[in-house]
Amino acid sequence: MTAKKRRRWPYHLLLIAPFVGTLWVPFYDAVEPKWGGVPYFYWYQFLWIGIGAVITATVYLVTREPEP
Amino acid sequence: MTGVNTTALAVFSLLFGLVTVLGFVAARWRKADLDQLHEWGLGGRRFGTLVTWFLLGGDLYTAYTFVAVPALVFGAGALGFFALPYTVITYPFVFVVMPRLWSVSHRHGFITAADFVRARFGSGALALAIAVTGILATMPYIALQLVGIQVVLGAMGVQGSGWMADLPLVIAFVILAAYTYQSGLRAPALIAVVKDAIIYVTVIAAVIVVPLKLGGYGKIFDAVPPEKLILTPPRDGNLGQFSAYATLALGSALALFLYPHSMTGVLSSSGRAVIKRNTAMLPAYSFLLGLIALLGYMAIAAKVDKAPAYAGGFRQYGANFAVPALFLDSFPPWFAGFAFAAIAIGALVPAAIMSIAAANLFTRNVYREFLRPTCSGKEESTVAKVVSLVVKFGALAFIVLVPQKYAIQLQLLGGVWILQTLPAIVVGLYTRWLHRWGLLAGWAAGMTIGTWMARVLEFKGTVYPLHLAGWTVPGYAALWALIANLGVAVVVSAALGALGVARGEDATKPEDYGE
Repeated sequence: MTAKKRRRWPYHLLLIAPFVGTLWVPFYDAVEPKWGGVPYFYWYQFLWIGIGAVITATVYLVTREPEP
Repeated sequence: MTGVNTTALAVFSLLFGLVTVLGFVAARWRKADLDQLHEWGLGGRRFGTLVTWFLLGGDLYTAYTFVAVPALVFGAGALGFFALPYTVITYPFVFVVMPRLWSVSHRHGFITAADFVRARFGSGALALAIAVTGILATMPYIALQLVGIQVVLGAMGVQGSGWMADLPLVIAFVILAAYTYQSGLRAPALIAVVKDAIIYVTVIAAVIVVPLKLGGYGKIFDAVPPEKLILTPPRDGNLGQFSAYATLALGSALALFLYPHSMTGVLSSSGRAVIKRNTAMLPAYSFLLGLIALLGYMAIAAKVDKAPAYAGGFRQYGANFAVPALFLDSFPPWFAGFAFAAIAIGALVPAAIMSIAAANLFTRNVYREFLRPTCSGKEESTVAKVVSLVVKFGALAFIVLVPQKYAIQLQLLGGVWILQTLPAIVVGLYTRWLHRWGLLAGWAAGMTIGTWMARVLEFKGTVYPLHLAGWTVPGYAALWALIANLGVAVVVSAALGALGVARGEDATKPEDYGE
């Protein structure tokens, strides 16, 4: 592992966030607040699809490996 | 249902014909020697970011998913939405783990996960356990893809009596078997592009057109019974649906990429970066899956189950008929045909990849390992092609001859089983501390406990209520079995280490896992 890689490794900790955000059910088991008629339970979890993708994209970009 | 819906059937047949041609043409795509297993069974490990996205998307989000997830939401409500967190958390996991597996497999020419286990732990027996688990978990999964085709054929009024009833299904499968035999993984990869395009069009049309007809999303959610709209909170020392939801999501997320067909998709990619980029791009399919899940509620709001026209379909296919009925109810016949083609073609892609993956496992980890260690590359590829046929016709016979509920039960069981390969494969990617016999003992414990729990539940579900210190914790049996598996593996490994029992030879080196 190069020094640069070691410094960037902590970015991988971001990957834990989706697990916490979606597996702790009390965070989102509610009808209100609704958004455009959609209960919280649903739009909250839909939102995490986007957040999850942004997180993996971010970690990929900051820890990018040189193309072989 | 009265008579055949000719317009729908014509559009359906046209699209089906198109992908059949594509399947055969695929053999010439990125032309190479298809008599080599890594060419036939892994597409030469040359698929770039976009092809891998289509391939894995077509592979993981199967026709059965598209029928069964909304069916579950239609019947059980919020609990059926565990598919959403499940597909959210699987990608961070894949981001970390799968590039390592890709690197070591690329370095050593592994075609299957069991190949890796064989080399890492120097144990043919452990590799055999992993391979057999993979094959057992995949077979009913292939059979269930056929259920997707059956339901949409039924929805178009294609039915007969006796053996004629299954004829359209048999024809579809013979075509699939022929081009998979000829083109290998290139066929589903190319077809996946078409399949995904029509799936996206169908779902986007559905989530715009149906709510317009029903008066908006607010009205749709209002039609759902309140007790189904969110999960039941814990009470009286019972964690209820909360723990069930979270463990189903976590267990399924960890299991998804252990399935042989997912491995095949990962290993066929051209590099680590392709896998990592895909963990940011594949959530587009998760979004699609979420929308598809909502179709279950739209079916409730449209009251399709109360309409006399669909009573026959619901009688025959149960909740699985919810989405086809919704399409028939909301779309003009030609677009319903288009949508049904999306589901049927959506069954062909994963069925092809699954049969290839099972064939790779048999060829590498049973045939070459135990029967013909000296077989040539050409012989290896020929055996795999023949096995892919056997696997598909096995699945076909299963679905035609055995009641559908057994295929569903076996698929549930398959999910429990496949997770038991995690310690050898995933933990094995990081450390050899676990002893090969410890891993084998853990695997046996996990398989036994998982199957026993499913049996206690009479194979109707996989949420087993565990009793812990006065609490009742309903949870996914696969995850409970995995915990037992890991526990046994650690204890036995520690004991064997203390006794000085020999570890197998490790054919890999630490630098094989990095970039």
